[in-house]
This record gives sequence, C-alpha cells and structure tokens, in this order.
Amino acid sequence: MCEVIVVTSGKGGVGKTTTSANVGTGLAQMGKKVVLIDTDIGLRNLDVVMGLENRIVYNLVDVVEGNCRVKQALIRDKRHPSLYLMPSAQTRDKSSVRPEQMIKLIDHLKNQFDYIILDCPAGIEQGFQNAIAGADRALVVTTPEVSAIRDADRIIGLLESQEFKKIDLVINRLRPDMVKRGDMMSASDVIDILSIPLIGIVPDDENVVIATNQGEPLVGNPTPAGKAYYNICERILGKEVAFHDFTRSISFWTRVSGIFHKI
Amino acid sequence: MKISNIFRRKSSREVAKDRLKILLISDRVNCSPEMMEMIKNDIAKVISKYMKIDANSMEIQISKTGTKGRNMKNPTLYANIPILDLNK
Repeated sequence: MCEVIVVTSGKGGVGKTTTSANVGTGLAQMGKKVVLIDTDIGLRNLDVVMGLENRIVYNLVDVVEGNCRVKQALIRDKRHPSLYLMPSAQTRDKSSVRPEQMIKLIDHLKNQFDYIILDCPAGIEQGFQNAIAGADRALVVTTPEVSAIRDADRIIGLLESQEFKKIDLVINRLRPDMVKRGDMMSASDVIDILSIPLIGIVPDDENVVIATNQGEPLVGNPTPAGKAYYNICERILGKEVAFHDFTRSISFWTRVSGIFHKI
Repeated sequence: MKISNIFRRKSSREVAKDRLKILLISDRVNCSPEMMEMIKNDIAKVISKYMKIDANSMEIQISKTGTKGRNMKNPTLYANIPILDLNK
C-alpha cells in the first residue's frame, strides 16, 4: 500500500522543504521505497536541500507535458538507493500543472513506491491545490508563532473541506529556553489552538542550517533535530514513540544562567 | 522577564495565545468584523425594547459547541449583554 503525504504550512519559511527532505530520507533509511516530489514550480529548493541540484535533467513540468518519461525525471539519492527525487521546474510557474495531471502522475507512481512525499509551496493558490490533489494524508508544519499558526489553521480548514483522512501537526523550531521563560508558546499551547493530532516537535537547531549548507538531511543524526525527524518517521510508520519533553532537556548550566537572567 | 514586570504583565506567550484564540474564531467562521458589529447592534436594538442594557460593554462571539475536535458543525453565537435595569 502506497501512502501519499503532502507537507504543507500556508506560511512560507517555516520548514516545509526541510521537513519533506528529512521525512523522505528517514523513511528511506527505514527501508521504504520513497519518492519526493517538489511541487513548488518556479521556486524549487528541495533539490538543493537534498544536495542533488547537479543531477537534474528533466523535471515535473517535463513529465506532465510529456517531454520525457516519468522514470527519466526521477533522480536517485546519493546515499539511499530506495529514495528518489522528482524536481520541480525553475523557469515555469504554478499554472504549468493542473490538479488532474498531478493525480495522474501520482497514480502512476503509486505502484512503484511505499511513500510519495509532496513538498507543497507556500500559499493557498494553484500550487497548493496541485500539491494536495493526489494526497491522502497531510503533515502541517508550523512554528510556535502567531502568523504561522494562523496560516496553519487556514490550511487545516481547507484540508478538512477536501476530506483528508489524516492531518498531523509538526511543530518546528521550538525554543525550549524561550518556552520556559514564558516568551514562546509551548507545544501544548499550539495543539490546544489547532486541535489536530501532533506527530512531531522539532527543536530549533543550528545543525539544520549546517546540514542544508552541505546538502545532506540530518535525520537519524545524534542532533536534537535529527532525532526529532527520526521520531516523526517512526510515527508515520505507525510506531508509538514517546514525545521528548524539550523543556526538561535543558542542561543544568542553561537553567542556572536562566535563573540569573530572570533576576 | 524582569522581576518588576512579573506582577504587572502577562507573559508574551499568554498574550500570543489569547490573541490567536480570538483571531481564529472569526477566521474560522468566515464572518467579517463588520458583520459581527452589525449583528451586535441589531441584538442591542431588540433587547433595548424590553430592558435597559449597557450596549457599549456588550460582547458577542461565535464559537463551537462541545470539545470534539475542531469541527465547526455546530457553531454557536454567544452574547454577553450586561443589564442595567430590568424594568425599563
């Protein structure tokens, strides 16, 4: 059975592409056959996050327009032989693809893969409609900020009206130190507001920037974000994994300096 | 947060949460603030026929009933109307 998951958020810059790359790579590490599809036509980025930008020949628009076969546009990952990327076109725009064409493409890929991960563009226009057309499950990414949560709420409303079976929440870039000081909404505050099931909390981690610089997803690495993404992948596979309490993992010294900071 | 502020101010986390809760109610019901204002004025007008109310501090709000998920299948209009005098 193939599961088609769209990674979406409404607001830009909250970590959709990073989440797509890490979830795709993580599922491949766990032995699944995965294809990542970048649906952000005109602003493609999943290729650089994956470090595959030099291997692109054909793209998503070439496939739907029939300029090449589906297989020709699939780039095999450097490290995981069961992971593929279908890049988006850089010199076209969102109207180059229609939702029906996406559904047709996904139907074609369904019998070759265990997971199809769609990286959705920001916004709620055509690009979003294309990305969600063929998906049956969604990961909504948000950060604990007012603007991101508001946009996530709008997206969840739209997904619910499309009768999505499963909509799960990823809270990205949580700063445990700020939550502790009362200057950032906690994970439970965000869940309380959005009222959808939580699938992962990713702490703000500078290793994400380093990994993106190098074009290598950090899922599975012994870094806070790497572990968090690994847990998300396990939960996608249906395993029960306890949520890490980030406010408790702050080191003794951070706490001590925090006390002094308060005074 | 400075110690002098602890008793005076809500934390920014609480401010954010409160603002979002109110914001999302109107976002979800797709009802403009202007329309809410019109509904409020009309309700005030009708109730004023029978009793003296404090129209300025009256509040109306659309929210969901029950606690099951985020389905807005049973939205409810709540009106909080302070009565100044029952016998007009």
